[in-house]
Amino acid sequence: MSWILILEQSLNGLQFGLMLFLLAAGLTLVFGIMDMINLAHGSLYMLGAFIASTLVQATGSFVAGVLLAIPATAILGMVLEISVLRTLYARDHLSQVLATFALILIINELTRLAWGSDAALPMPQALSGPVELLPGLRYPAYRLVIIAVGVLVAVLLFILVTKTRVGMRVRAGASNREMALAMGVDIKTLFTLVFGAGAALCALAGAMLAPLFAVQVGMGENILILAFVVIVIGGIGSIRGALVGAVLVGIVDTIGRAFLPILFGIFFQPRVASAAGPAIASVLIYLLMAVVLFLRPRGLFPARG
Amino acid sequence: MKRSIAVFIVLLGFPLAMSAIDNLFYVSFASRVIIYAIAATSLNLVLGYGGMISFGHAAFVGAGAYAASICIAEGVASAWLGWPAAIAASALAAWLIGAVSLRTRGVYFIMITLAFAQMAFYLVNSMKAYGGDEGLPLPQRAELGLGLDLGNEVVFYYVVLFFLALSLYGLHRVMQSRFGRVVIAIRENEARAEAIGLPVYRYQLACFVIAGAVAGLAGALLASHGKYVNPNVLHWVQSGTLMIMVILGGVGQLWGGAIGAFVLLGLEHVISDYPLPWLAAVAPNYPQHANLGVGLVMLAVVLFAPHGIAGLLSRRRGA
Amino acid sequence: MLELRRVSKRFVGVVATDDVSLEVRSGEVHALIGPNGAGKTTLISQISGSLPSDRGEIRFDGHDITRARPYERVKLGLARSYQVTSIFKRFTVLDNLALAVQARSGSSFSFWRPVAAEGSLFDEARSVAGEIGLSQKLSSIAATLAHGEQRALEVGLALATRPKLVLLDEPLAGMGPEEAQRMIALIDRVRSRVTVLLVEHDMDAVFRLANRISVLVNGRVIASGAPEAIKADEQVRKAYLGDEVAA
Ligand SMILES: Nc1ncnc2c1ncn2[C@@H]1O[C@H](COP(=O)(O)OP(=O)(O)OP(=O)(O)O)[C@@H](O)[C@H]1O
Ligand SMILES: [Mg+2]
Repeated sequence: MSWILILEQSLNGLQFGLMLFLLAAGLTLVFGIMDMINLAHGSLYMLGAFIASTLVQATGSFVAGVLLAIPATAILGMVLEISVLRTLYARDHLSQVLATFALILIINELTRLAWGSDAALPMPQALSGPVELLPGLRYPAYRLVIIAVGVLVAVLLFILVTKTRVGMRVRAGASNREMALAMGVDIKTLFTLVFGAGAALCALAGAMLAPLFAVQVGMGENILILAFVVIVIGGIGSIRGALVGAVLVGIVDTIGRAFLPILFGIFFQPRVASAAGPAIASVLIYLLMAVVLFLRPRGLFPARG
Repeated sequence: MKRSIAVFIVLLGFPLAMSAIDNLFYVSFASRVIIYAIAATSLNLVLGYGGMISFGHAAFVGAGAYAASICIAEGVASAWLGWPAAIAASALAAWLIGAVSLRTRGVYFIMITLAFAQMAFYLVNSMKAYGGDEGLPLPQRAELGLGLDLGNEVVFYYVVLFFLALSLYGLHRVMQSRFGRVVIAIRENEARAEAIGLPVYRYQLACFVIAGAVAGLAGALLASHGKYVNPNVLHWVQSGTLMIMVILGGVGQLWGGAIGAFVLLGLEHVISDYPLPWLAAVAPNYPQHANLGVGLVMLAVVLFAPHGIAGLLSRRRGA
Repeated sequence: MLELRRVSKRFVGVVATDDVSLEVRSGEVHALIGPNGAGKTTLISQISGSLPSDRGEIRFDGHDITRARPYERVKLGLARSYQVTSIFKRFTVLDNLALAVQARSGSSFSFWRPVAAEGSLFDEARSVAGEIGLSQKLSSIAATLAHGEQRALEVGLALATRPKLVLLDEPLAGMGPEEAQRMIALIDRVRSRVTVLLVEHDMDAVFRLANRISVLVNGRVIASGAPEAIKADEQVRKAYLGDEVAA
């Protein structure tokens, strides 16, 4: 186990974590402000990837395609919010689960009708090679770009949420709805906008990850659960919590998968290690979440008092 | 009560009618629906009556399914061993998961039950000895003895129907008992329940374990039914589907889980296997997109029938 | 009967109760008064166990209950009512009270036998209903009761557990004069068998019922003693009673 390998896997974890953060940021705000469970958040991630694949092909440019897919998905998200989700805020969690689960089914099938079960979004040629970061550490350029984009968006989001008026309102809404109402924040419009922004972030994550994973119907379901794990670890409604949670989950998951089997190999017989290593590695983040919730029942950074 | 009996008379006659027209496929399909009805009914105990929104119920179905399958795969085919083992395994799983999860509340409870179910999902995925992610085919169904051959679809149907009847009657009885009153009271006002001297946590845990045990039985039946088990029975979408059945049918209504299972599975089947000529003329492939219809119906139920289908039925009766 | 030693509770930014020491003697009606936000409800919650104390010790009837769960305290004979009505709204009056009786009388890990067959539960629930003046409302759903009736049920739930000591948090809150008189009469009736710690803003009721009074201001007990002594206390007048009593 060399340091190079550890460093490489940590970067992979960071890269995955930052993309998870893009998903989790929107989800945690929706959850925090409106107390709304939105299972269909992952569907926006999927839609973003499909739309990007079409637009990249149409424009012939990866950057242009992705940049166009973002507002397109944001608009779809806002339409969804205005037409269906808005009526669910006042309902109980069970109704929200049922309705947004229904939306997953509907969006999956509509996607399948429009695109088929999968689509291709190849990596841009220029970024397909590795970059030598340190002597002996050659790292895929595309993954570095993902990290850069993730960091950039995270920084922008922080500035937006902590330094601007709109951001203050969002935060006020996330931590105290009554107070936000009293401050005269137009919750309805604000929320449509927040939802649109969340959808845009989904699209960005979906499009950026598409060359690494497959673009296929159902891709939203598994990552959705990870995003939920992230916001629960971080504390619902907290952007900072989402970032910390996302990076934590990304790194723990990646490192665990890469090294637990090796680690187990040192301490146990090969037969045990090859069975238990991957098994434990894949449940590591859920274990992490259970431990966090056990110690801090409201997550690492509880947004509400 | 009268209506319940009427429904069961119809269900008792169903295989006879199907045998008469020589359509055993539907007997087998109905068995599957009934098994899901049992699983959904067990979830309704936790979710509807207990007010605990568990998003990981598939873990208990899965624990039962795997425990029963492993028994059969290891050569112990007797249902008298396999099914109790399934119930014990899932009750144990529910006890472990419940003991930790019930310390949290609200959304955190939803998410932690989901997390535990995901753990179970990945654990069975890695059980290479029992098929891993490919699942475990079984050489046969469980053996009941008593001259009953579970390999026979009609016999199997009556056995699962018996268990559904038992589950529903049990749920009905339990809800009239001291325990049931307490469970409902906790749903209604947890803080006050504790303040009149009720150890809330213990009752919730007991409720959770009972529901898990029944789900485990459903899992055992499910594995025997398909002579196959795979990790997907524990996938979160399965937990979601069970929740959907309960919500669709009617949360906290005796027949809610059963109605939901019937409607959801029936709808799926009807849309994909009975193409409507006029619709097929416009969209020839539409049966492959059955989930679109299922999703739209679900959405319509949330928006227009907030108390589920059982709620609609009883309101009609009241009017 | 109940003894608090230097009990404190701090919320983010607020010290709600600060080093409170207090003794409630068996058989008395002990009133706890103080301005809004003084920490009375917080203290009641600490005693009943729904809020854990940061510091201090609580002893009840010979037991150290500082860390006991709320239901364990009820089992020892310590029940409470809430300032903001907290009843089982969708249950009938009779079912509300029967549940409280059930909680006291044996285990509820009975899964098969219908409650309805347990006549004694309902007999006792009826007698509590009679005591709180709700005999005519047994089969009304609690949510449909008038405010005063809901308040009576609130207190009834606590009494139905047959406590040795009952903590009443503003039982008169929001009541009209007539309802208030009935509630005062009820407390006066039960005092012969139940010790009472009474939080109340209605000074008329306090001075009619209390054997002793403690005054809580900013989370601290500033005075404790017989009603006359409290009335006369300079500090109390300044801090709380003000002109109302002086007049
Ligand atoms: N859960 C809580 N979180 C934060 N602060 C709280 C909480 N509960 C009470 N407080 C604060 O603690 C202080 C004491 O409140 P408490 O309700 O005990 O007062 P009280 O004496 O019962 O007042 P009132 O007469 O209005 O009922 C107040 O400043 C209140 O704002
Ligand atoms: Mg108060």
